[in-house]
Amino acid sequence: MELAPLLYDLAYLVAAVLFIFGLKFLSSPRTAPLGNSLGAFGMFLAVIVTLLKMNAETGIIGWPVILAGVALGGLIGGVMAKRVEMTGMPELVGLFNGFGGGASALVALSEGLRARGAFVDPDPANIGDIVFPIAVGTSSLIGWVTLTGSLIAVFKLNGVFRKNVFLPGQNGIKALLFLGCLAMIGGLVSTPGSVALMVGLAVAACVLGVLFVIPIGGADMPVVVSFLNSLSGLAAAATGFVVSNNALIIGGSLVGAAGLILTGIMCKAMNRRFLDVVFKAYGGGAAEASGEKRTVQGYEAEEAALVFDGARSVIIVPGYGMAVSQAQHVVQEFATVLEERGVDVKFAIHPVAGRMPGHMNVLLAEASVPYDKLFDLDEINSEFSDCDVALVVGANDTVNPAAKTDPGGPLGGMPILDVEKARTVLIVKRSLSPGYAGVDNDLFYRPSTMMLFGDGKKMLTELLSAVKEL
Amino acid sequence: MIHLTSGELMASITVLVLSIFLGFELISKVPPTLHTPLMSGANAISGITIVGALFAANARLSAGDHVMATILGFCALVLATINCVGGFMVTGRMLRMFKRKGK
Repeated sequence: MELAPLLYDLAYLVAAVLFIFGLKFLSSPRTAPLGNSLGAFGMFLAVIVTLLKMNAETGIIGWPVILAGVALGGLIGGVMAKRVEMTGMPELVGLFNGFGGGASALVALSEGLRARGAFVDPDPANIGDIVFPIAVGTSSLIGWVTLTGSLIAVFKLNGVFRKNVFLPGQNGIKALLFLGCLAMIGGLVSTPGSVALMVGLAVAACVLGVLFVIPIGGADMPVVVSFLNSLSGLAAAATGFVVSNNALIIGGSLVGAAGLILTGIMCKAMNRRFLDVVFKAYGGGAAEASGEKRTVQGYEAEEAALVFDGARSVIIVPGYGMAVSQAQHVVQEFATVLEERGVDVKFAIHPVAGRMPGHMNVLLAEASVPYDKLFDLDEINSEFSDCDVALVVGANDTVNPAAKTDPGGPLGGMPILDVEKARTVLIVKRSLSPGYAGVDNDLFYRPSTMMLFGDGKKMLTELLSAVKEL
Repeated sequence: MIHLTSGELMASITVLVLSIFLGFELISKVPPTLHTPLMSGANAISGITIVGALFAANARLSAGDHVMATILGFCALVLATINCVGGFMVTGRMLRMFKRKGK
């Protein structure tokens, strides 16, 4: 009995346990930094064990390839992580999701190609002859979909590619592609090592990934990014079956489950079913022209500032518009000035505000707003009725009362922040244009509402100097 | 190519299923404040596929038949390393920004 293989497997298990603790600690603000370090340490351990194992079994014959790969990847990853602005975080997280999926798919393809010779003399007693091609196929399918889907999501997030493309019969095309992929995986089992099938599967899965994300619009991105996160984990788990490694299976499925939970939370916050997000055309189009032309009064910052005179409690509601105009720092400054005047300031964060889960929280954290001033929908909604001013910065659908008044409409049933109950609602927004759901916002026309039209950062800067002079 | 007995396969599938359930339990009570770092930290963990990439890249580039497999392994290694290094670094950067009142 040789001891070494057992030790390697035990070390992989330790790495997996570190991932488990890492994820557990990531779910509380106090322990999260430790959780991240434990995860990183687990990864480092897994890499070292792999090098030791390869050295003992076959010898590390590919030093130049490995060193070059790790150096290049480490350099690119490090530079990207250091350079990214917090406003660019959704794109970066999306891109990393895609890279994870792509890496798993490439490993599967590489191992699949390398194993071609091994099928010449099949061993009926070896169940691996069946498991291996299925694992290669599954990992490729999920991995390539994750890669191309994430790339499209990133293009949409950074505005390179804005259009939500709906092809006629696209759900049928997607279903056919998916069935085709499954058929090719089946084909790999009967003719393992077929290069044509592996390449065909890669191409079909890449197209499927593109078609999956291309019709989905901006405000649904939190759902899509969470789901792609889940897929990147499942691809790694499938790759675990390709290389027979439990660390990949455990780590990958933990991430798969975590991503699914986030996907569920995001769907719930929009009152939409996941299948509807993926398969139904939604919003994005022109709003239906409403019959009556209502007028709305825009205010100057100096007039609007007067509502803060004598206000005791203010709730700030940020939305994607705050991210676009990078207004988080001036929002923080504004909150501080109000607090110095004795005003109670809180932030109300809708779960799907922005373009990824927790987007607003990251931006406000960057601007040094303490996280215990940020409140979730359920925590803050009862407080709007006692609040003097609700200051909405670049949010629309998440505060649209149509979610309640028009149950059958596109927003019907979505949980919203009840800003309408505040004494005065001050809305900073570029224009009256409807939000992602394409529904006109009745809130803009109410007597208790004041509209400040303009770029979030510019208007808040003006508001700030006006309030300082009160 | 792998050699598996049905017992080994069953053990791996069991690990897979239990880990998924464990993942659901671990994550179900995450405050919204941490959604982004959780996602980016979890994504860095999915970079564990780097282990597979190391196996796939461990070959001489001149080794006849499998040059293509090695090149693909190299690409996998680059992507997986970006995912791990970048993912953990950027998550750490984000988490350092989260502060409570009074610092």
